[in-house]
Amino acid sequence: MDDNLVAKVTAHPKYQELKARRTRFGLWLTIAMLIVYYGFILLVAFNKPLLASRLGEGVMTLGMPLGLGVIVFTIVITAIYVQRANGEFDRLSDEINKAVLK
Amino acid sequence: MSSPIKYALPLAAGIGAAAAVAAGADLGQAQKQATNWTAIAMFAIFVAFTLWITKWAASRTKSAADFYTAGGGITGFQNGLAIAGDYMSAASFLGISAAVMASGFDGLIYSIGFLVGWPVVTFLLAERLRNLGKFTFADVAAFRFAQTPVRLFAASGTLVVVAFYLIAQMVGAGQLIKLLFGLDYMYAVVIVGVLMMVYVLFGGMTATTWVQIIKAIMLLGGATFMAFMVMMQFGFSPEAMFAKAVEIKTDLAAKGGKDAATAAKEGFSIMGPGGFVKDPISAISFGMALMFGTAGLPHILMRFFTVPNAKEARKSVLWATTWIGYFYILTFIIGFGAIVFVLTNPSFLDAKGGLLGGSNMAAVHLANAVGGNVFLGFISAVAFATILAVVAGLTLSGASAVSHDLYGTVVKKGKADSKDELRVSRLTTIALGIVAVVLGIAFEKQNIAFMVSLAFAIAASANFPVLLMSVLWKGCTTKGAVIGGFLGLISSVVLTVVSPAVWEATLGNPKGSAWFPYTSPALFSMTIGFVGIWLFSILDGSKRAAEDKAGFLAQQVRSETGIGAAGASGH
Repeated sequence: MDDNLVAKVTAHPKYQELKARRTRFGLWLTIAMLIVYYGFILLVAFNKPLLASRLGEGVMTLGMPLGLGVIVFTIVITAIYVQRANGEFDRLSDEINKAVLK
Repeated sequence: MSSPIKYALPLAAGIGAAAAVAAGADLGQAQKQATNWTAIAMFAIFVAFTLWITKWAASRTKSAADFYTAGGGITGFQNGLAIAGDYMSAASFLGISAAVMASGFDGLIYSIGFLVGWPVVTFLLAERLRNLGKFTFADVAAFRFAQTPVRLFAASGTLVVVAFYLIAQMVGAGQLIKLLFGLDYMYAVVIVGVLMMVYVLFGGMTATTWVQIIKAIMLLGGATFMAFMVMMQFGFSPEAMFAKAVEIKTDLAAKGGKDAATAAKEGFSIMGPGGFVKDPISAISFGMALMFGTAGLPHILMRFFTVPNAKEARKSVLWATTWIGYFYILTFIIGFGAIVFVLTNPSFLDAKGGLLGGSNMAAVHLANAVGGNVFLGFISAVAFATILAVVAGLTLSGASAVSHDLYGTVVKKGKADSKDELRVSRLTTIALGIVAVVLGIAFEKQNIAFMVSLAFAIAASANFPVLLMSVLWKGCTTKGAVIGGFLGLISSVVLTVVSPAVWEATLGNPKGSAWFPYTSPALFSMTIGFVGIWLFSILDGSKRAAEDKAGFLAQQVRSETGIGAAGASGH
């Protein structure tokens, strides 16, 4: 890529906006994922009785829906990112591409 | 045979629950079964069909781009299935369902670890990889750096990870086939080696991807059917299924001579965490290896180059995450189904109450219980197909590292023509196939439980830090990336060797003599990798370092916008 093009892209206000928004969004979601997963692992490490506590009269324990919840959360958080990136972020980057490549 | 190995195996079997979970990726030692003709026929159909696809793929594999990335013409949905296929190995299907059968909830903890890396891949790497790379992850890691040293590092990282993963798969294949088909270990390993070579040699990435997609559909379909049949018995009530499983585990404990209170406690233990997480450090370290290792596995990273653009790359991780998450929920149900329908059926048990053929047979016996002999044959064929597909993907990624990174860039300085590169990758495929068969035979009687976790730990400590820092940190330099990357690589291998799983269980040193007490090195070796990259980058005052930093802006523009990215080619 030539320096001229790089300069044109970086000077575009939408580029700075795209970079900032995407980086911030990715970072927050990564942190959320880390908290959920390591929260679960720390619960397993430090509070086994809580996870093994019964929810009602039957044998169902708190750990089961929680574990399943981590799996569902993982899929949902990925979907949230892809939804926004494939919509909003791609629109921004298309605008930039159009503006600098004409 | 030396005594340590004899000692290690019964020990692993004896510890039962904990060992099954820790060894989730290991198929263990298997007894040879009677020849299963239904399974062999089903597998023959699969092979015939995939060879036909390979023939079709071969007619489309003309350039290096076709060979490495299927010409970039795979859709996000297809690639998602192929990634899921790469990830859902026979070991995770049989190993995790066996772990759930043995210890319930602990099996779930294990599978969650394998899933949580995917969002991280999506948020930090997927689109950047697609925008910056062409054929291998080294294209991305070396984007703005001096090519030779970074490629040398990336090729080492790739080959080491591929080697350990490959050994685990080959040994698993031999054991599994002995078990399911009643064939000799040796034949099984050779069959896998030869078929894998045919797929990769002639069909390249196109054939490998389609084999992977077909297998993923078969595996997901078969597992869905099993889970459905299990849930149907309980009117689709998880509570009813869990209650029955607890009752059966309690009865078994009581029969084993436990008094009523202890038996009830033992029976209920499958509903909560048990011995899987021993100490918090091991838990976190192992979690890190699984989470970040996913983002550093070369055969997975390579798949992002088979789609036409960043949008499809993101779609493919979303599909992959969805399928893999769904698959782990299925294996969980299958594991509990096995408690209810396999552990209670004497025709699946040996005299001592263990599973016929070893503990990893849980899902296979359950297939027989819910679907009869034909479905058993189908599931056996799926398990074999799974190994074959994973091995093909690994080999392709190893071959690309040699031909594209070592030959094309280091030896020929980027001036190799596409034909030469293609020839080298085919020669490497043959070499890797032979090496895989030889290693598979050499490691037949070894305890290889640690190898997949080691592959993940190396990927997390060497490949991932270099990739992440080169893409996101302006200050990263050639020297920092190479030294830090190698430090992560070496420390993860060394710390694994001196950990109890290898030092005591595999090498046979006395218990308690392992120098490194934790299950996984990742917490330490990843830190070493990242700190190494940072430290040697900031200390680097060379002329090259200035060029490395100057190149960041252009790299960032391309990674953020996709301007200048390698497009879908060859069509």
